[in-house]
Amino acid sequence: MSVDGTVAAPAATPARPIKNELLAQRVRSARIFLVPMIVALLIVAGWPLLRSIYFSFTDASLTNLYDHEWVGFANYLNWRTLESGRTIFRGTLVDPGWWNAVWNTVRFAVISVSLEAVFGMIVALVLNAEFRGRGIVRAAILIPWAIPTIVSARMWGWMLNDQFGILNDLFLRLGLISEKIAWTANAETAMTAVLIVDIWKTTPFMALLILAGLQMIPKDIYEAADIDGVHPVKQFFRITLPLVRPALMVAIIFRILDAMRIFDLIYVLTPNSSATETMSIVSRENLIEFDNFAYGSAQSTLLFLIIAAMTILYIWLGRVRLDGGDR
Amino acid sequence: MANLELRNIRKSFGAVEVIRGVDLTVNSGEFMVFVGPSGCGKSTLLRLIAGLENITSGELLFDGEVVNGLTPSKRGIAMVFQSYALYPHMTVYDNMAFGMQLAKGTKEQIRERVLKAAQLLQIEPYLDRLPKQLSGGQRQRVAIGRAIVRDPKVFLFDEPLSNLDAALRVATRLEIAKLHHDMAKTTMIYVTHDQVEAMTLADRICVLRDGVIEQVGTPLELYENPQSLFVAGFIGSPKMNFLNGEFADAFRATTLGVRSEHIRITSDGRWSGEVVHTENLGSDSYIYVEIGSDEPLIVRQEGTSRHPVGERISVSPVESQIHRFDRDGRPMRV
Repeated sequence: MSVDGTVAAPAATPARPIKNELLAQRVRSARIFLVPMIVALLIVAGWPLLRSIYFSFTDASLTNLYDHEWVGFANYLNWRTLESGRTIFRGTLVDPGWWNAVWNTVRFAVISVSLEAVFGMIVALVLNAEFRGRGIVRAAILIPWAIPTIVSARMWGWMLNDQFGILNDLFLRLGLISEKIAWTANAETAMTAVLIVDIWKTTPFMALLILAGLQMIPKDIYEAADIDGVHPVKQFFRITLPLVRPALMVAIIFRILDAMRIFDLIYVLTPNSSATETMSIVSRENLIEFDNFAYGSAQSTLLFLIIAAMTILYIWLGRVRLDGGDR
Repeated sequence: MANLELRNIRKSFGAVEVIRGVDLTVNSGEFMVFVGPSGCGKSTLLRLIAGLENITSGELLFDGEVVNGLTPSKRGIAMVFQSYALYPHMTVYDNMAFGMQLAKGTKEQIRERVLKAAQLLQIEPYLDRLPKQLSGGQRQRVAIGRAIVRDPKVFLFDEPLSNLDAALRVATRLEIAKLHHDMAKTTMIYVTHDQVEAMTLADRICVLRDGVIEQVGTPLELYENPQSLFVAGFIGSPKMNFLNGEFADAFRATTLGVRSEHIRITSDGRWSGEVVHTENLGSDSYIYVEIGSDEPLIVRQEGTSRHPVGERISVSPVESQIHRFDRDGRPMRV
């Protein structure tokens, strides 16, 4: 998988000017090819990010965006000692609503991504097997992922509906529940409902990424394993899993980044439920609805920092190389 | 240490019948080579013996017992693949020990057997390396070592030298011959499309064509008494000269076969023509003579050719060494 012997390092001393000219030309053309992407990223990602970070240090509000003052870290944490000697802390870092959202997000990300990884692996293993009509099944399995989130959230919203939902009807008839459950409204089941929909929706994506990794594994080593008498379960854990690990790790990173930013599904399926409120939902609330633009910016900045930290940690701990192959 | 018996073995992939009734006995300790052009079914036949493919009909017997339904690992075979099929994430040692670790044996026993095989194949210095850190020849030796560690009754090779360069191929061929010598009790079946490999390694050769056996015999039997036009043309390099029409009529045959080394250059030969091409290999040379047959006649001469292109020469076959074939491509008795 990894490419051995990449382009040789340039010689320390320029022995032949022709060779260096070729190298310089290569570097030049590489830069030219990179410029459009870097410019686009700076405009659509870099600038908004920097603006958000900047606003988080001001007292800007949505109604008065350009008339603001620099307040330092006040949106994150500030305190005042009253005459009575009591100290009052304020800011996002002591906001229980924010920490509830952080906990919700982390819980959602960990549960959904781990279950998606397991189901995705199972689906990928099935799709990797030879059977009639495999192409159709492969296309069909992608459908949940292809449906726009708004549509699938609405669709599931109806399926999970407490009065008319098919899920309640089904579970009642099967005797799994004794009375109808308000899946999305009930604080205890809201997170479960969100998880069900997200797993249904994103497992295909996971499966496809893992399938790509599975197809990189040569078939003949499984034949060698058959001859060695390796049990299929053992083949999975000793051969398939180690070899598909790089692809799996990359898929999990993508999904963690995605899950930490989850917004649309929850916004549609369980609006205004503190049981499912995530970091994105809370910061949007502050930014737009509560007219706390600076406060919301601070939360967005924190979200960015948390995601960045988690990703770096994961890449470092998991020894993932994003260009494929093991370190 | 097992003899194999194939009884009317057939294999179909969907509507296509690839193996069309093969009967063959491989004796215990024998080195049998399956040879034939690509697509003749030789690899499929090997995979049927290995148990990697299901036999459509017919019986496969190991030491008199039907093994049709046994999994590969229960048949007591080991296989060396053309692509090596090493586990890329395991060291050489683990590659060789993996099968044993799961099946049987204490750590010491495994270690002993792996080291013994490594010593035999001179791969001890690489035991801690990963396959990708080895050259092609070293990888193939590891693959052979993994097979040896299994201590198989039947050793299967599926074109093991195809991915090696010419020099390495000769060296590895010698090693496999030596291996056969060292493991005299182990039956070996070797698939190749290279008739030189077949001739040099085999105790017996089985020539396959379109899913059926053309001829089975020792290398010399096949060389000296080919039982069909196909075998005559397939075994031997360069290819046997085939002459039709009036060239064959003179010998009362439909096709006349003469090997290049059985043609002498004489002053008043039976055939004469112009030299159109020569190949000088140093030890001997091949002269292509246009005598009016379908293809130029190839004449082998020892040492360097002294007949430049364009020269007219006259040649004669050694009468005792000619092969006569009838209309069906079968040899004719004198």
